[in-house]
Amino acid sequence: MAVAVPPATRERLERLERIWKEPSGALGWLTTVDHKRIGILYFFTSLGFFAAGGVEALLIRTQLIGPNQSTLDPNTFDQVMTMHGVTMIFLFVVPMSLGAFGNYLVPLMIGARDMAFPRLNAFSYWVYLFAGIFVYVGLLSGNGPGAGWFDYVPLASKAYSPGPGIDFYALGLIFVGISTTAAAINFIVTIFKLRAPGMSINRMPLFCFAFLAVSFALVFALPPLNTALILLELDRLLGFHFYDVARGGDAILWQNLFWIFGHPEVYIIILPAFGIATSIIPTFVRRRMVAFPMVALAEILVAFIGFGVWAHHMFAVGLATATAVYFAAASLVIVIPSGIQLFAWITTIVTGTPRFKTPLLWIVGFIVLFILGGLSGVMFAAIPFDQQLTDTYFVVAHFHYVIFGAAVFPLLGGMYYWFPKVTGRMYHEGWGQASFWLTFVGMNITFFPMHILGLDGMPRRQYTYPPGMGWTGLNLIETLGSYLLAAGLISVIVNLAVSFFRGARAGNDPWEGDTLEWSTTSPPPAYNYAVIPTVSSPYAMWDRKDRERDLRNLEEGEKVLAQGHETVATTAVDAEWDEILEMPSHSPWPPVVALAIAGVFAMLLLGQWIAAGVFALLAMAPLGAWLWKEPQAT
Amino acid sequence: MSPLEPHSPASHDIAALWWGMLIVAGIVFLGAIGMLIVGWVRRDRRGLPLIGESERFNTGLVVAFGIVIPAVVLVALFAISDLVVIRDTEAPAAGSASLTVTVIGHQWFWEARYPGTPAVTANEIHIPVRTKVEIRARTADVIHSFWVPELNRKIDMIPGQVNRIELDAERAGVYRGQCAEFCGFQHAHMAFAVYAEPRRRFRAWLANMSKPARPPAAPAARQGMRYFMEDGCAGCHTIRGTEAGGTIGPDLTHLASRQTIAADTLTNTPANLLRWIESPQSVKPGAKMPGLGLGAARFHAIVDYLAGLR
Repeated sequence: MAVAVPPATRERLERLERIWKEPSGALGWLTTVDHKRIGILYFFTSLGFFAAGGVEALLIRTQLIGPNQSTLDPNTFDQVMTMHGVTMIFLFVVPMSLGAFGNYLVPLMIGARDMAFPRLNAFSYWVYLFAGIFVYVGLLSGNGPGAGWFDYVPLASKAYSPGPGIDFYALGLIFVGISTTAAAINFIVTIFKLRAPGMSINRMPLFCFAFLAVSFALVFALPPLNTALILLELDRLLGFHFYDVARGGDAILWQNLFWIFGHPEVYIIILPAFGIATSIIPTFVRRRMVAFPMVALAEILVAFIGFGVWAHHMFAVGLATATAVYFAAASLVIVIPSGIQLFAWITTIVTGTPRFKTPLLWIVGFIVLFILGGLSGVMFAAIPFDQQLTDTYFVVAHFHYVIFGAAVFPLLGGMYYWFPKVTGRMYHEGWGQASFWLTFVGMNITFFPMHILGLDGMPRRQYTYPPGMGWTGLNLIETLGSYLLAAGLISVIVNLAVSFFRGARAGNDPWEGDTLEWSTTSPPPAYNYAVIPTVSSPYAMWDRKDRERDLRNLEEGEKVLAQGHETVATTAVDAEWDEILEMPSHSPWPPVVALAIAGVFAMLLLGQWIAAGVFALLAMAPLGAWLWKEPQAT
Repeated sequence: MSPLEPHSPASHDIAALWWGMLIVAGIVFLGAIGMLIVGWVRRDRRGLPLIGESERFNTGLVVAFGIVIPAVVLVALFAISDLVVIRDTEAPAAGSASLTVTVIGHQWFWEARYPGTPAVTANEIHIPVRTKVEIRARTADVIHSFWVPELNRKIDMIPGQVNRIELDAERAGVYRGQCAEFCGFQHAHMAFAVYAEPRRRFRAWLANMSKPARPPAAPAARQGMRYFMEDGCAGCHTIRGTEAGGTIGPDLTHLASRQTIAADTLTNTPANLLRWIESPQSVKPGAKMPGLGLGAARFHAIVDYLAGLR
């Protein structure tokens, strides 16, 4: 970029640089409110939990490599199996998609300079980190939860799980829920209020539609989960009887509350991945998405209908037939919006001119796996089939195709796609493609035979199985496949890690990308955009005139907003210029408050009610300082 | 124990439903993959073969493949599975069964009772062949799930609830069942067997099961019986016709007539029985049965006693 920069422009950029500068070094990371740095913190933390969940998966597979093995005793197996689910769902996929991808990309895609509530955003991260550590203290001290990730009572009640494992689970999930709720509200306000002028709701990238849908789903899905967990802890810690049938409680109440959360959670897990797919596809097939408005509506519909299907997880509990039939019908209805998205992706690829680079390969892999997971999912709406195959390995196969195939593959593709933006360097294309094929093949060898195992009658969640059932060979193949899969995932990380140091310089827009983030430098400056961008379509980067206009605005000093930590608020639907917002700067208080809340949960776990109250007061004390507006550099 | 080897009308229907769904799913999968292959072959050309570039046609494709065709297929699936096949797998209508068996899930074994008779057994459920049998499924502790895939779908055993399911075996034989809802440490070792027998044989079996245990004759077995009553076993186990009336473990009145022990964990031989009662925690870690440490002589005597309970 050897273009001579006019002095006035340079002065404006330097001024923005000064205003948005955060402390350097560890202190900077600790006090940051920059959505990009918070996104990076989320990335590495959730990657750490991914590794932990992966090790747990390999332990499970190694235990099941043959009949009657004893790598893990039943107690350890149950804890490892439970923590594998809890980790992957609560501590990896959601924080990775929402926390890392959402945080880093949503403000950039809508042309904002930060999230709507930057300190709340930092707080979300620290709460997540401490909650994750909290849950893992249980496992690492030998007191992990062992009742499965959906933790059915009465197995999870004090009578049948007397140790503190379930308390680590329940309190930990309430704790991490604080983070997720705050993040979801932050995304809703950010997406509604901080879009660049001109980005009316119909011109918003589909990626942002997905995150908007997910955020709303989270706001409504987490209260039933929290209710379920609080009732459980009241039972366990204080001797209440919400779930105790002998004292007038109800064991099915837990299942209802849990799955009212749990099924929307499935869409919370895969919708961001859909968003990533709808970002990567247009860029690599060099055309706009087919049926854009239908895809946007489908994303919202999936999140909405997802709340009406929960009892299909409970077809075997003895529901009234009419109830089961309603939930089966609703579960079939939700296939339609997924079908719309699926065929919109496929038609876009077919009618475009795709370049099969690494990111698109992951998305094509995702489409294939999502079709398989979707087809096996539809089968569970056939009630008699569900009642036959539920709680067997067929289900395990199905949801790994959906969660690993349809949610994690796009995340991996997204890592390659945005790597040059985040780091300023290119990854290694050959290794990228090799890592895809390793992972894709490993994934299918690991999970496809599980369909057959389920049809051969192998129930899930068994720490071992007897010989002579016809299950031995397939289990061996799956375990070997899981090692290959692990090698594939490691090769992704190695590729990205090496490329971070050695990759070629990427420039601003190596892909001719479709959305705004490609217009700024790689990595983007702290203030994201020197000029608040002009937007007139969902493919802002392909509107040449708008981008040239941004450059002229910078030279002329229009829409630079360099009087402080400033960004523009626009109207919620039409995105007309509303007002200039003064954004808060870095602050030490979010991690401090999060740490005090960790104290509350630790004390609740230990049954120290007074100390828990003291920590709660300590958590509230810094809120005044949190809201204090520091003098700002100008 | 495969759902695809059906031996009852209900399981036949479910298996047929599966094969039908598999065929349709296969067509959908191949169709979608075919489209992706077209996309790869034509990667350098815009638009569709023959049609060229038409956004309206593209949107029409999404409507056709994403809405219209799925809607038709899904309505058909709904009608077949959730309105028709479901009738064969529903709880049996009141009074439609000629025999009722109560099955109670325990951590980690199955208790079977035959209402109207004193018969109580464990882990082996005998039923008459080609007869509609109603299973009343309950639990004594956590949630379990009663599942004999060759005879029907599964049904959960929920605290405070009695769930019903029909078994109707077409052929005499032994059908394996297993707990299908995660229920703690020994969920893996909670299997059972359903013996479908000709009616007369079933009646003879039930008559034997209804009888109390015969007192042992051999001195060693008599000695074993004394240890059984005095050294703790009787606290958890019932042997009808004796003072042993515990209800935590399985009823042992006719233990020797059963083919397996510890919920289908070991075949029922004196050697295995000895191994099991000497160190239950190494056979089935976490099981409720403690190793009582009575010493080899007493354990041998107890096995002598139990092996005679036919």
